[in-house]
Amino acid sequence: MRLAALAEALLTPHGIDRYLELVHPMLVRRELRGEVTAVEHQTADTVTLTLRPSSAWRGFQAGQYVRVSVDIDGVRRTRCYSPAGSQHRAGQLELTIKEQGLVSGHLQRMRPGQVVGLSQADGAFTLPGRRPKRLLMISGGSGITPLMAMLRTLADEGHDGEVVFLHYANTPADLLYAGELARQAPNVRVVTAYTHAGDGFFSRKHLVAAAPWYADAPAYVCGPAPLMDAVRAVYDREKLGAQLITEEFTPPELVIDETAAEGTVRFAHSGVEFPNSGRPLLEQAEEAGLSPEHGCRMGICFSCTKVKARGRVRNAKSGEVSGEDNEEIQLCISVPAGDVEIDA
Amino acid sequence: MTGLQDRLTPEQIEAFGREMDAIRQRIVADLGQDDVDYIMNVIRTQRGLEVAGRALLFAGFFPPAWLAGVGALSLAKILDNMEIGHNVMHGQYDWTRIPELSSQKFEWDTMAPAENWRHSHNYIHHTFTNVLDKDRDIGYGILRIDPAQKWHPYYLGNPVYATVLAFIFQWGVMLHDLEFDRIVRGERKWSDPELKQMRARMAPKAVKQVGKDYVLFPLLTGPLAPLTFLGNATANLTRNLWAFAIIFCGHFPSDVESFTEEETENESRGQWYLRQILGSANITGGPLFHILSGNLSHQIEHHLFPDIPARRYPQIAAEVRAICEKYGLPYNTGPLRKQLWSVAKKIVKFALPPKPQRSAPEPDTLARDKVSRAA
Ligand code: FES
Repeated sequence: MRLAALAEALLTPHGIDRYLELVHPMLVRRELRGEVTAVEHQTADTVTLTLRPSSAWRGFQAGQYVRVSVDIDGVRRTRCYSPAGSQHRAGQLELTIKEQGLVSGHLQRMRPGQVVGLSQADGAFTLPGRRPKRLLMISGGSGITPLMAMLRTLADEGHDGEVVFLHYANTPADLLYAGELARQAPNVRVVTAYTHAGDGFFSRKHLVAAAPWYADAPAYVCGPAPLMDAVRAVYDREKLGAQLITEEFTPPELVIDETAAEGTVRFAHSGVEFPNSGRPLLEQAEEAGLSPEHGCRMGICFSCTKVKARGRVRNAKSGEVSGEDNEEIQLCISVPAGDVEIDA
Repeated sequence: MTGLQDRLTPEQIEAFGREMDAIRQRIVADLGQDDVDYIMNVIRTQRGLEVAGRALLFAGFFPPAWLAGVGALSLAKILDNMEIGHNVMHGQYDWTRIPELSSQKFEWDTMAPAENWRHSHNYIHHTFTNVLDKDRDIGYGILRIDPAQKWHPYYLGNPVYATVLAFIFQWGVMLHDLEFDRIVRGERKWSDPELKQMRARMAPKAVKQVGKDYVLFPLLTGPLAPLTFLGNATANLTRNLWAFAIIFCGHFPSDVESFTEEETENESRGQWYLRQILGSANITGGPLFHILSGNLSHQIEHHLFPDIPARRYPQIAAEVRAICEKYGLPYNTGPLRKQLWSVAKKIVKFALPPKPQRSAPEPDTLARDKVSRAA
């Protein structure tokens, strides 16, 4: 749009969003934000937020995730959540968040009208374009959200194939979307198992009882690591691994051992990989033949700032450990703790 | 001659370095919401002043509106460059992980592209502070400002160059990155790939800056175009003069020292801190003055801890000063007029060839000798 281009030119170098947000945080044009429109507590330790994304929102596909950012004590923190709503409800985003960790804990206390930062949706955990006739979905705890999105999306599309929705919760009081799951169309069979109420954990027996045809259908799985492992083990044993489509709901915790250097450092763009020697990343990269941009080598000039895609590093100056994905770090004073991947 | 290394005994310099580190750690541990609220407030104020300034110029036919508009716009540009741009680009708010406050992403309302400046300022100047032949901020490659710079008849123009630089300061800062002087002396080639990259960033930025201040906004005000043009030019000029004054007072008053490369070889952390103190000068003033100077009125604290939010410098200044006193180190400070006068004298003095060697060394930048003699 002409007018927007003119406004950008007039407001260089800061750009139009930096002025619009002062009028109202949701007016931003390029950036993505979400305003909380409804807050509901389905269970004791979860919150379901309905968000209205700002104008740049391009929608999502069921199963994908978005990054949500909030400022806590002055620091912007980001976590990924999978929307639970149907992908066909434009302009609405529903997130169900379990209280665990800093960001999720903070989100429990959100109120309507508050605004959070959002990213466009991302992730390959989605249904194929041609919806399968038979479908198995297995989830545990708050891992239900991407599968709920698929279920609702299929319902909106009038999908009439056979769907089995096998869900694990601790107790009936922990069951999310209980009412809605009880009211599914006849083609959807909802099976719930309460792990703390005698039903036990996922097993082949559960699988056969819920979906005897499981060998002939794709299975979407999302939940805590033990559940994922259990499902994988059963499928692998029967050489059905190819049918599993999984989403790691919580990334495995990395153990930080500050005395022993371990793990592998990877520079993604150059494809260079080497074992962590425990020295600052800049030095390690140079020893590996790379020449990352740098200046002072003592943490004051920020010339060596790069994005850490994955892993944990310890800031040698502050001792602070950075564990979030896609965080900016200074190579010259960052020491890897375990596997690290740098976007460079 | 007393070198930088001999200022304090090895034990003293160790202890001194530890005291500085302790200040740093204490402040870093204390960073939080207040710091973000502060800078966000400054940013809001800056945006407000800018919008108000631009709007008032639409009524520029009415002289008080024109004046108020220019005033608001000048303040906006000063805040943008000093308390916001300079400090954010030093990484003072990188810990917040807020993209608008990221040193790598920030762009400021002045000619010099952020990317170029980050190299010449954050890296070169802040790492090699006042090391001759390394820190290109000593005289900015144009002026003779230190006795160790060899005199040449060219330097007779010192006062003229300084005056011109003050008026066009934003262009000066941009061109500074190109290292013209070194190209002239043949130490660097115009076609150097690094320079090419720098130039490639300059043109688009300059077009945008010139475009908004001297073409688009004037045109938008229709018949008032000449008045708007003049208003924007005045705001840019005000900012130039102010920035020049603050920055020159940070490193060029008398008694600020310079160093040789040999002196600074294999520097310890304590020695690095020491050099930052000896190479910088503060300006005294009230809270508003400090904000408008981007807290570069606390140049000493800034050079010790360039990546700590500048609003913290006033909080630690007394402590830094007390530590300096404890170790018998100078702490160069004074009101703006005193520091400016001192800079002016220096600019004139070093325009002239050095006087034949006297028995005592030049008092001007060689405070270290005065101290060692007094000791
Ligand atoms: S090289 Fe200067 S901060 Fe890392």
